[in-house]
Amino acid sequence: MTAVSADQRQQLAYVATQAADARLNVEIETEGMTLNIGPQHPATHGTLRLVARLDGEQVVEAEPIMGYMHRGYEKLAEVRTYPQVTTLINRIDWLGSFANEVPFILAAEKLMEVEAPPRAQWIRTALFELSRIANITLFLGDMAVQLGALTPVFMAFRDREFVLNQIEAVTGGRFHPNFDRIGGLKDDLPQGWIDDTKQAMEKIRDFCDEFEELVLGNEIFQARSRGIGIVPPAVGLSYGLSGANIRASGVDWDLRRDGHEALAYDQVDWKVWTHPDGDSFARYWVRLQETREATHIVDQLLDGLPSGPIMAKVPRIIKVPAGEAYAATENPLGEMGYYIVSKGDLVPFRVKIRSASFSNISITPWLLKGVYVPDIITILASLYFILGDIDR
Amino acid sequence: MSSATVMSGLLAVEVPYWASAIIKLGVVALVVPTAALVLGYVFLLKMMSFMQSRLGPMEAGPYGTLQLLADGLKFIQKEDIFPEKADRTVFALAPLVVLISTFLIYVVIPTGPDAVVAQLDVGIFYALAVSSLSVVGILMAGWASANKYALMGGLRAAGQLIAYELPLVLAVMGVVIQAGTLDLQKIVAAQANGEIFGWGGIGNPFILTQFVGFFIFLVAVQAETTQPPFDMPVAESEIVGGYQVEYTGFRFLFFFMGEFGTAFAFAALAAVLFLGGWALPWGDLTHWGFNIAGPVIMLVKVLAVSALIFWFRFTYPRLREDQLQRLAWKFLIPLSLINIVVTGIFKVVL
Repeated sequence: MTAVSADQRQQLAYVATQAADARLNVEIETEGMTLNIGPQHPATHGTLRLVARLDGEQVVEAEPIMGYMHRGYEKLAEVRTYPQVTTLINRIDWLGSFANEVPFILAAEKLMEVEAPPRAQWIRTALFELSRIANITLFLGDMAVQLGALTPVFMAFRDREFVLNQIEAVTGGRFHPNFDRIGGLKDDLPQGWIDDTKQAMEKIRDFCDEFEELVLGNEIFQARSRGIGIVPPAVGLSYGLSGANIRASGVDWDLRRDGHEALAYDQVDWKVWTHPDGDSFARYWVRLQETREATHIVDQLLDGLPSGPIMAKVPRIIKVPAGEAYAATENPLGEMGYYIVSKGDLVPFRVKIRSASFSNISITPWLLKGVYVPDIITILASLYFILGDIDR
Repeated sequence: MSSATVMSGLLAVEVPYWASAIIKLGVVALVVPTAALVLGYVFLLKMMSFMQSRLGPMEAGPYGTLQLLADGLKFIQKEDIFPEKADRTVFALAPLVVLISTFLIYVVIPTGPDAVVAQLDVGIFYALAVSSLSVVGILMAGWASANKYALMGGLRAAGQLIAYELPLVLAVMGVVIQAGTLDLQKIVAAQANGEIFGWGGIGNPFILTQFVGFFIFLVAVQAETTQPPFDMPVAESEIVGGYQVEYTGFRFLFFFMGEFGTAFAFAALAAVLFLGGWALPWGDLTHWGFNIAGPVIMLVKVLAVSALIFWFRFTYPRLREDQLQRLAWKFLIPLSLINIVVTGIFKVVL
């Protein structure tokens, strides 16, 4: 041993007492890690950013940060005439674009006190459901790919094409139809479209059957999604969840049935699907059932399609009378509504967009507390948001 | 059979030690990239595409056969980027460690009576031991990248590979008990000369008696090669590639070759252990002709096993880390222990 000076000895004794104190008072404490998920991360399908504080692989808290794709549609709508606004709002939920146009047009129709003729309403409803199918089929594949299964998403893209073709045949646009008009629709259906659409619906039903076995029936998918991200009905309602997210928690609420908009849903026989569990599996299950239900709605609508004009009498240059109106519909992602304030001009004075994903994503800090990193992905995928729908 | 006369059956001449060493080095150095290319093309590019109603690559070469070569050339041209805070030495070495562990497995895999680089008495033990070296490289990559995603990937890989080393070894135990040897050549011979309840028509490929072991082996291999449903260390949708996330250019290529080379090597081990290896149950096993026919027979069997491995890969979603550990410790290890006990009883009774 080397000689130790008195100073050093004192210093060592001090360190030793400090260490002993530390042992007594402090249990093993590890430093947390802040993980920045996004804005460029494959699981955020777009530009959602998630700041998560982690303890190992467990999330202590997580906060979604949005706005990376904000395009200012509410402001842009103030300098566009009413027919021009539909071009903008096509791009909010880009997977089910036609569904975005409908509530805006309905709100404008309320202000103008016109109502679309029955045929236009029925076709509008059918196209609405087609865009729901086009949207949700992609979710059905996408959630599987988020959980690591590579194949289902390609099947989803393949079968979604049948629906997109039908939408394109009517509207001329696969992604951005821009087809809805105040007082009706731009055009009538092309010849032979009804039969083609029924065939496409048959294929979508096959697709649903296949996915019910391939994805929902898979043990690993169930192990990953059952009991993960449970939303109790009361919590879901307090966060303003809507659409399949709230129906998967057992809340029987669907604007297609419970809303009072001028659409043809009350003319057909259909069912609102709910699931009591409220977990990620339930959200997937409800969406799958809704896709199948949507094909039945389309079939019935096309069977009973009334004849008549597709456009009500509206002036060529649309000036909406002064006033305020709100219309909301059950869009693929949930409740979507437009609050229009008009001063009697060619352009709206103010448009407020209530988009579903914005509210649906607000529950993530509550939902992500205490879950593991892989479950973040499951929960985000099952809540199903579209970035354009969060950042308008 | 001394290592100096490795090709003697084929060439009928004594080969000096230095020449045989060079030949062996060349063979192994050629086989690993070729194996990775074959698996990558047949399964990753083509089988996966057909499962997903796509054509896959069609432009580079007939039916896109040269696509992976083109990709390899592209990777070599890329800039070799080091992250600013990376531990440069460790970062640079990690892909090599992974690749070396792959190369080392090939040393003991027999493809004919003389066509083997080194016939070890403890062949299977050696192969399983060197295959687990790769976890060191993966951990190095995860740590040295100075990236949180990479670190998580590295740690996941470490936990996973250690957990699955055990069922892998235990699954092989059944075969070893039945054959009575650790030597891969003798395991092949035991299968070719074996009898099923006195009937020697097709020998006794151990898949018939060790089907439980074969199942456990395949599951463990899936985890060892970090393929879905056990691909958490790379999980693109969660930790964006895990330990590979900071790698570019030829270092990334090394990881790719390591992954597919290892998959090929494990498929070859499965073929040797369970499907009878290079041998056919008919004919004289010492005949030199097997040195030529053996590799072909082996390739067919390896592709069959790989097809299974990759079929799982493209079909299943990913488990979570804790679910994976539960599967290993609560299901696979007890099952393989039962398998060993049952095999032992049969060995003693029969």
